[in-house]
Amino acid sequence: MARAVTTQHKTIATAAAWIVALLIFFPILYTIITSFKSEQEAIQGFNLFPSGTTESYSEVQAQNGYFKFFLNSVFLSVGSTVLALLVAIPAAWSMAFSPGKRTKDILMWMLSTKMMPAVAVLFPIYLIFRDTGLLDSRIGLMVMLMLINLPIVVWMLYTYFREIPGEILEAARMDGASLWNEIIYVLTPMAVPGIASTMLLNIILAWNEAFWTIRLTTTEAAPLTAFISSFSSPQGLFWAKLSAASTLAIAPILIMGWFSQKQLVRGLTFGAVK
Amino acid sequence: MATQQTRSLARFMMAPSVVLLLVWMIVPLAFTLWFSFQQYNPLNPMRDGFVGFSNYALFYSNPAFLQSILNTLTIVVSVLLITVIGGILLALLLDQPMWGQGIVRILVISPFFVMPPVAALVWKNMIMHPQYGVFADIARFFGGQPIDWFGQHPLLAIIIIVAWQWLPFATLILLTALQSLDGEQKEAAEMDGAGFISRFIYLTLPHMSRAITVVILIQTIFLLSVYAEILVTTNGGPGYASTNLPFLVYQKALLEFKIGQASAGGIIAVILANIVAFFAMRAVGKNLDK
Repeated sequence: MARAVTTQHKTIATAAAWIVALLIFFPILYTIITSFKSEQEAIQGFNLFPSGTTESYSEVQAQNGYFKFFLNSVFLSVGSTVLALLVAIPAAWSMAFSPGKRTKDILMWMLSTKMMPAVAVLFPIYLIFRDTGLLDSRIGLMVMLMLINLPIVVWMLYTYFREIPGEILEAARMDGASLWNEIIYVLTPMAVPGIASTMLLNIILAWNEAFWTIRLTTTEAAPLTAFISSFSSPQGLFWAKLSAASTLAIAPILIMGWFSQKQLVRGLTFGAVK
Repeated sequence: MATQQTRSLARFMMAPSVVLLLVWMIVPLAFTLWFSFQQYNPLNPMRDGFVGFSNYALFYSNPAFLQSILNTLTIVVSVLLITVIGGILLALLLDQPMWGQGIVRILVISPFFVMPPVAALVWKNMIMHPQYGVFADIARFFGGQPIDWFGQHPLLAIIIIVAWQWLPFATLILLTALQSLDGEQKEAAEMDGAGFISRFIYLTLPHMSRAITVVILIQTIFLLSVYAEILVTTNGGPGYASTNLPFLVYQKALLEFKIGQASAGGIIAVILANIVAFFAMRAVGKNLDK
């Protein structure tokens, strides 16, 4: 009896959850489907079964030079993340292992810098970039993205490092390990998972950043966010092409995202929810 | 002695992050503040100079200003309501035993990873387009009149798109919180005869309160500065119907080159963000102490 109720309950929950999940996922699914249609098919009303042509994909590359934007996205997201890690790891490390009276205040202050609206500094940054020749340069934008995500990187690393037991360090020190040995043999192995998680989340955030990447680039340094935005100006019917470009732009990060659900929760809640 | 050494080492290790963020926060903001009291037009440098608060007055007397503040708050509040309530319901649903839970989670979380311009363009062209969109197909199927979303309800359309992007985030965080709820507590409440609703109100909701606070804080930060979604769909229009404060400042600065007014708008955006942040940070700070 009890078992029958459970199975029934499970069936209803399964059905409801799948329906809701498919509805939420639908815009993405339909984009992928449309990317395999011809432009003609794409505007002929609702149809879930494309002819399977890949002409839109080759066109996105041939006409719009998709690959250059893709490379910029990779360079900017990975570059800014590595840069942020280099700056943040020592900071998070010292805050986790030798916290002072003001450590918590500094952390909260760092978080508060994240709340400054980007538009408030749009023009000064624009001027600084223009006058130093950084406009539309990959390096300038990379530094920009690094600064934007630095607070989250410090916070996330801090919550990971804090969980490494300090006694282990003391034990290593007692055994006569030098600072260098301590870092290489004791701390690094324990810190690597946290650093990897931080890196993953930060790459996702940098990849999808859509204010500075659009405003500070024109052609040379433009990543996929700017590339896709250029489709907003009307240029005839281009549903299939837009879908192909969109699919290409989100696929890598979507797949990375699926593997980073846990890190995402932790990173974006500053360790408050695990 | 050793502690003294470690402490200065700690300071030294912290310095790059702190200095970078300090510079990043102060230098551009100082520029903006300075510009907000200046008449400055890169196209017409003859009339530059100090003008006191007149930029603020101009920005304030611009009818678009009040509208943009109202739109900003409407977007923040509506999206928060949709995502928090929807997120709680979805988290409760996904927490039930079911087949294929892993895949369901992946499907639900996916929109969060879609970059804003893609999300906005896909919704604009393929879902909400008055002629070729899926909504129009559905309306015609039922014999109705397709809605011109971006012409008639531009703000609502943007709210729907942004809510679609953030609902997965709220769901994922709340689901994680829900799953950390002690099973024994739930069972005990059940044995004591607590029904689903009272279990939810007295056990589940308090347990999730911290996660809900965090969701509200994080989303508010991002929702106050919605930009790409407006840029690629309505471009702020029709009129100023879907212009929020960030978008108005962008228009003033980079399209009209009214730098003084744009800077005044930027400072107002900072003040607005600070008011919101003050409450949010206090709530989070309190919660993090637990």
